[in-house]
Amino acid sequence: MNPVQTLDQVIDLDAAYRESNVQAILDELDRELVGLTPVKRRIREIAALLLIARLRERAGLSTERPSLHMSFTGRPGTGKTTVALRMSKILHHLGYVRRGHLVVATRDDLVGQYVGHTAPKTKEVLKKAMGGVLFIDEAYYLYRPENERDYGQEAIEMLLQVMENQRDDLVVILAGYKDRMDTFFQANPGFHSRIAHHLAFPDYTLDELMAIAELMLQQQNYHFDTEARLAFAAYLALRVQQPHFANARSVRNALDRVKLRQANRLIARGGQIDAGELMRLDAADIRASRVFRGGLDTEDTGTPQG
Amino acid sequence: MRLTQGTFSYLPDLTDEQIQAQVQYCLDNDWPVAVEYTDDPHPRNIYWTMWGLPMFDLLDAAGVMHEINACRHAFPNHYIRVTGYDRRLGRQTTALSFIVNRPAEEPGFYLERQEGADRQVRYTLRAYAAVRPSGQRYG
Amino acid sequence: MAHAKNGNKGRWSAGVTPYAEMGYYNADYIPKDTDILCAFRIVPQEGIEPIEAAAAVAGESSTATWTVVWTDRLTAHEHYQAKCYRVDPVSGTNQYIAYIAYDLDLFEEGSIANLTSSIIGNVFGFKALKSLRLEDMRIPPHYTKTFQGPPHGIIMEREYLNKYGRPLLGATVKPKLGLSARNYGRVVYEALLGGLDFTKDDENINSQPFMRWRDRFLFCMEAVNKAQAVTGEIKGHYLNVTAGTMEEMYERADFAKELGSVIIMIDLTIGYTAIQSMSKWARKNGVILHLHRAGHGTYTRQKTHGVSFRVIAKWMRLAGVDHIHAGTIVGKLEGDPHNVQGYYATLRGDKVDANPLLGLYFDQDWASMPGTMPVASGGIHAGQMHQLLHYLGEDVVLQFGGGTIGHPDGIAEGAAANRIAVEAMIQARNEGRDTLSEGPEILARAARWSPSLHKALEVWKDVTFNFESTDTPDVVVTPTY
Repeated sequence: MNPVQTLDQVIDLDAAYRESNVQAILDELDRELVGLTPVKRRIREIAALLLIARLRERAGLSTERPSLHMSFTGRPGTGKTTVALRMSKILHHLGYVRRGHLVVATRDDLVGQYVGHTAPKTKEVLKKAMGGVLFIDEAYYLYRPENERDYGQEAIEMLLQVMENQRDDLVVILAGYKDRMDTFFQANPGFHSRIAHHLAFPDYTLDELMAIAELMLQQQNYHFDTEARLAFAAYLALRVQQPHFANARSVRNALDRVKLRQANRLIARGGQIDAGELMRLDAADIRASRVFRGGLDTEDTGTPQG
Repeated sequence: MRLTQGTFSYLPDLTDEQIQAQVQYCLDNDWPVAVEYTDDPHPRNIYWTMWGLPMFDLLDAAGVMHEINACRHAFPNHYIRVTGYDRRLGRQTTALSFIVNRPAEEPGFYLERQEGADRQVRYTLRAYAAVRPSGQRYG
Repeated sequence: MAHAKNGNKGRWSAGVTPYAEMGYYNADYIPKDTDILCAFRIVPQEGIEPIEAAAAVAGESSTATWTVVWTDRLTAHEHYQAKCYRVDPVSGTNQYIAYIAYDLDLFEEGSIANLTSSIIGNVFGFKALKSLRLEDMRIPPHYTKTFQGPPHGIIMEREYLNKYGRPLLGATVKPKLGLSARNYGRVVYEALLGGLDFTKDDENINSQPFMRWRDRFLFCMEAVNKAQAVTGEIKGHYLNVTAGTMEEMYERADFAKELGSVIIMIDLTIGYTAIQSMSKWARKNGVILHLHRAGHGTYTRQKTHGVSFRVIAKWMRLAGVDHIHAGTIVGKLEGDPHNVQGYYATLRGDKVDANPLLGLYFDQDWASMPGTMPVASGGIHAGQMHQLLHYLGEDVVLQFGGGTIGHPDGIAEGAAANRIAVEAMIQARNEGRDTLSEGPEILARAARWSPSLHKALEVWKDVTFNFESTDTPDVVVTPTY
């Protein structure tokens, strides 16, 4: 198209935005994820940028496809995978990826243990992700400078090649802890230069963690009584100080243990109960946690007894 | 001559874009897609060499195109075909199969006739190219 | 007469008792999974109750005769007698659909001759009926499994021929009669070289003075082999082995096999038993078996009398043929679109649901018996490719006889036109185009680079055969607003 001819052409921005259906995805994200205000703002900005780029392309004003690869940094449980899932939908609705699916991979999916294993494994994952978004969790594990013959390097080279040459086919999101990602990018400048958007996922505040807990319980037809709510706030205040705190994931695990204790309490009491009692979590269910006795939370062992 | 095996051999050679559309049709039907190559075009040569395993669980044709191009790069003067396979009960067979690469020169087949008694003739088809050892057949 | 009044006569008193009262009608009967079910379209004579007429059909096609016989009492007669369990009027007509259940024990395993002698043996001449038509049958897996069905079936045929993803293409050599063997082979060669997969003898090409069968076989196989060498594809010519005796047919079939033909052909006129024998031969010898339905129009065409082709299709899949002519919808021969789609479903499907719209009265479970490839032949041409693909689907042989040989630039050009048309249409369909509405444009675009298709479209552009069908399903779609 000749841009000169289209300069007077009026574009209905509202209609284009409606058509893209992006607002529905942003709304969904708002409902689904508590807090994360800076992340949500960045996603809005990226969506706007991509929509305008699409319109500029249609008007013949640009031919260069914007770079779309991203990095999501933040501690575990801060919503990176969920946001990636929504991001793949947004990219699909705006026409930047053809299918809009998300493939999640870690080092184990990409890197083999023997000579010749890595290339086919990486290729397999890349092919499955084509037309969608490839989300590589804890991407820095691909790079192990301490072992100069580490097969991760092979996967890194293949990834870089696809990120450069098949930008129409695949968007890559690298995710992990902020500090480690920084080191990783320093050691692999090729990645850094190919990534257009860096999103930092902050830890949740105590209020947000509480809101997350209430949202989770609501979805599962449980609720705190007044005492329990205070108890859980106290629990959170202690828990965030402890090691291995994983934001929303730790909240989910804590609630699982609370539900277990509620069940045991009800069975021990016996007799007749109503539906309200089946839903109600009380303070004792929470205060039985070791965290209140200065103990360590044991969620990482997988045994729900904390 | 032009070898006319495959679903689209009477059309002009498909462009990559057209190939991609056919591959996507296969994937959308939940048919895994395989890439195979040979330098023996005899019509009874069923088992062409597999370029890797059939590709399961792909959503987008770009992954298949990647393999097609890699196979073309490795065997620019071979026949390469793309095959979609339907595993449904009652089918369990190839659903679509078409050639995506062919040698620059296709010398064709020699029809050998062995005359017998009572006017019968025994026919044998030989690909001119297949007279040479595999790997040295086309160019 | 069977409809004579009974008065107070007991069931076993000598004389005539209405069929309905002898147990041949039982509204409470619940058909067993193992029963063979039939749907008959009956038109009773004036004054005959529909239920009695239907019971008479059940009686005459199973154990009854016109009068009470005491020897019935030596049998578990209530087990052997067929039971009409439902009679529905066809609105706006004097016709009724009678549903009759037959116990499996009434039939010899693996014998179409026995099945048909029972069910259509005597009853069609029965005086109490004005007319009678066998509309459909439900063959239970218990009986289906006593047949081996098609010797190869659709899947095996495709894998044998190495052809996938599109309808197969064929042509019947024309003129039907009179060509010498040498000239005949020329037509075969040109058509196969041009792009068809098959050529075909016509049903009445057997072994006449102008061309004896052995000469035809020799020349045709030269043509087939030469075309294979030129294209690198498997090709076939349906060598018709139809003859006066089984011995003669076996001799011809053996010779075809020796010459390396992938396929032979028989006519429906040789009879059900001969067809089953040839099916056995085809399985044993690895040769595809094509059946031409010669003569079927005499009893399948009229809506109120005879046997519906959907029943013949079922019998032939059981008897075991790999190909059967089953209608074109758009061509020159009779065939209502819905009915024809019903035949195709019956031939190709595994679990085929009852569908009044397609004339299918019963659910039919084929228990994994291979499908029979339907053949569409008679007055079709390249310009109809989008309609053919839409109505008939992919697993079909499209036979363009005149539509190949009548091409102004020659037979090979005609064949190429058909092959290009089918490939272009499949390509467009797979790309997601709406081929039925965009078909003419898709063909026109291909014709821009293919002069042979261009000419074909020009020559036959206005040819259609729009006649009202003599046999349509009772149910039609009513538009909903």
